[in-house]
Amino acid sequence: MILELRDLSKSFGALKAADAISFDVPEGEALGIIGPNGAGKSTLFSLVSGALAPSAGRVLLDGRDVTRASAQQRCVAGIGRSHQIPAPFEKLTVFENLLVAACFGRGKREAEVVESCGEVLEATGLLSKANRLAGSLSLLDRKRLEMARALATQPRLLLLDEIAGGLTEGECQELVAAIRKIHASGTTIIWIEHIVHALLAVVSRLVVLNFGRLIAQGDPREVMDSAQVREIYLGSPI
Amino acid sequence: MAMTNAAAPRFAIRTRTPVSTIAAVCCVVLVVVLAALPFFAGRSVMQNMFFILTMLSLAQFWNLLAGYSGLISVGQQAFVGLGAYLLFAWTILGGVDPVLAIVLSGAIAALVALPTSFLVFRLKGAYFAVGTWVVAEVFRLILAQVKILGGGTGTALPKEATNDAAFVQWIVQMTGERAAVARDKADYWLALILAIGAIGLVYGLLRSRRGLALAAIRDNEAASGSVGVDATRMKRLVYVVSAFGAGMTGALIYLAKARISPDAAFSLIDWTAFVFFIVIIGGIATIEGPIVGVLIFWLIQNELSSFGSVYLMLLGALAIIVMLFFPKGVWGTLAERFDLHLFPIRRSLEFASAAGDPKSSPAVEEEISHD
Repeated sequence: MILELRDLSKSFGALKAADAISFDVPEGEALGIIGPNGAGKSTLFSLVSGALAPSAGRVLLDGRDVTRASAQQRCVAGIGRSHQIPAPFEKLTVFENLLVAACFGRGKREAEVVESCGEVLEATGLLSKANRLAGSLSLLDRKRLEMARALATQPRLLLLDEIAGGLTEGECQELVAAIRKIHASGTTIIWIEHIVHALLAVVSRLVVLNFGRLIAQGDPREVMDSAQVREIYLGSPI
Repeated sequence: MAMTNAAAPRFAIRTRTPVSTIAAVCCVVLVVVLAALPFFAGRSVMQNMFFILTMLSLAQFWNLLAGYSGLISVGQQAFVGLGAYLLFAWTILGGVDPVLAIVLSGAIAALVALPTSFLVFRLKGAYFAVGTWVVAEVFRLILAQVKILGGGTGTALPKEATNDAAFVQWIVQMTGERAAVARDKADYWLALILAIGAIGLVYGLLRSRRGLALAAIRDNEAASGSVGVDATRMKRLVYVVSAFGAGMTGALIYLAKARISPDAAFSLIDWTAFVFFIVIIGGIATIEGPIVGVLIFWLIQNELSSFGSVYLMLLGALAIIVMLFFPKGVWGTLAERFDLHLFPIRRSLEFASAAGDPKSSPAVEEEISHD
């Protein structure tokens, strides 16, 4: 198991954003996470990536307890993440954003990572904007940059947080193709997404969160057809 | 990515620009001229230049701390004073050669800065600023207790550390000048080496991948962690390096003054407020800014110092005006308008030259779009 979550909980005052969540992610899996707004999906990512410390529970990476490890240590250990609200280094160029991620995520010198940064830019459609300031990018390109920067750290576990929102159908298909390619190269992927058809084109398992609790998981089609999930999204039948 | 082909790199980094190449050549010429200055300039020029160069060193290190790392310290006088007192300790108590003592003083100031950082890094923003000031006051009070270094009234350097020092005597033998004149030259050369070293160290740090990390921390500290940057460690490094620089500069300044007291060595006005002014006026977070700033500061001080304390008011008013209307300072404003960078740190991605058509370079395509 590349990732194991054990009764992971996070409270903000009285609000339980994560409530005793437990699940395992085997190496090489593509896992999707869905749930209504405010279900605690991004909070879960922050707990896994180390941006937030849990109120209770444990996070295991490769069987090793990393609950107390910082975000920086977890990145070096192989967890890469994109942020739902893009957080680019605005006064650096797109290329420099990747460069810093590649250098520090993998502990390498600049000259050693130029090629791989260029290739990631190419794969994410950002090559023509490589030397623009990240702060000058459109929202769409900022989202691309989120994924590109996470990829530049060459993660073994990639956390993608709502990167398909706002894309046209054509762009969405390109994105799906790009993510499938990353997955095919051996990277484990956990993808939070509201655009369900894009998600289902990639993932082999689905986890459903609601009010901070894991309420369903399993085969994507079965989960989507389950009465529980229909109730969350469509409400209960009268 | 799996398809990396080591044999034929497709991409390359470029940092140099035509302007920076010209600037580098000019810098070399300038350094040669400055190194030769003692052979044709008088004593007062030496003394003025010593002041400019030492203030420039302090400004470069404070700029690294505040401008590039967001650590707004108002307590760098802690390490200026500590370095100065350490120089006196090494030379008076240890009989160490003053040139060596300068380096040792800087090194010990850096060593002291390391545990100090654990204390002051618990504080953020304005609290950090106040904390660093408190540390400086504590250092002052502690050194005022050291009776062997003159206690509260201070002490003077012995002749062995000034006119009779090896470096000064060597200049006397080479030029046949009086020891007092040779000493001014020795101090000047040391200040020149220190200033060049300060610029080189700061620029080298910014050109290294640590420079990228500092920029990432400045733009978004939380996101910098998620790409593997250890923000606290980077800031600690900068704090220690700045203390090393401030310590050496303090040691050199007081080697030239040859007389020390706690109140002067740990002066907030002299070693932080003026430095603050220099960096703000010149342009914070640029290497060129402190150079421009120190020249402006020297001019103003020369013109206005006869007005007494009114001069300090004018200085403060000028700093406020610049902060309000030109927050990037003189150099920062010029650099932005004319896209002028003598010490470039921007890394551009280009197609490796073997790929042929330069038009296909992403750099060429987007060069004008720094909107």
